[in-house]
Amino acid sequence: MEKIPILKMGRFLLVTVQVDMHDQLALQLQDDLTARIVAARARGVLIDISSLEVVDSFIGRMISNIAAMAKVLDAETVVVGIQPAVAITLVELGLSLEGVRTALDVDRGMTLLHERLADEQR
Amino acid sequence: MAVVNSVVLPIRTQEDIVRVRQAAREAAVGQGFSLVDQTKLVTAASELARNTLDYGGGGDVEIARLSEPPRRGVRLVFTDKGPGIADVEQALTDGFTSGGGLGLGLSGAKRLSNDFSIISKVGEGTQVMIARWR
Repeated sequence: MEKIPILKMGRFLLVTVQVDMHDQLALQLQDDLTARIVAARARGVLIDISSLEVVDSFIGRMISNIAAMAKVLDAETVVVGIQPAVAITLVELGLSLEGVRTALDVDRGMTLLHERLADEQR
Repeated sequence: MAVVNSVVLPIRTQEDIVRVRQAAREAAVGQGFSLVDQTKLVTAASELARNTLDYGGGGDVEIARLSEPPRRGVRLVFTDKGPGIADVEQALTDGFTSGGGLGLGLSGAKRLSNDFSIISKVGEGTQVMIARWR
């Protein structure tokens, strides 16, 4: 069965969505990620959706769910790489991705996660 | 208004929703839509295809390329023989859902399109038409 790979980088998990996900695959990712957060004791999740050409309300809800679940598990979620056309469409669709932190690219997303961890340890 | 060409795709599985997105993208690209217009049409198509599957119990979509010089467009007609919608006005309200969704599918698809119409008869089914022009 196809799966979206989840990479571990230090205390963070990195997910790069590169396929046009059908709904079951999106739900699978939600389950896999929450399990991996616990197993890896991850403190942050970075989701790169720069390859996604469409984010509809289903995918949007999945992203919000992942962020909410991760938060309960004491991990921060940052979504990076939203394409401009996708951003325009999301707003018109009425989806605000509330509670989800975003950054322009992987570098900035990683910086955000590191800063948050550093803030905590201060 | 002339229909340049049209295809009919079944909507019976989640994979079919992906195929509808791809076919809508192809039609939008073929009609010379900008990237933003493509994305809006494909996103609306995805919402409506999921409605057809989840609420209509499956059905099909006709994807037509339209020509009405000087403008060109893409029209999508989603048809199911499901339970129908008793209160269409309510179904078009943001946040209203009879399932577990966000209630943005129908209202969002309408906002993302230039033309929108819906015909629904309880016990007979639902037909939703959207079109986008360039």
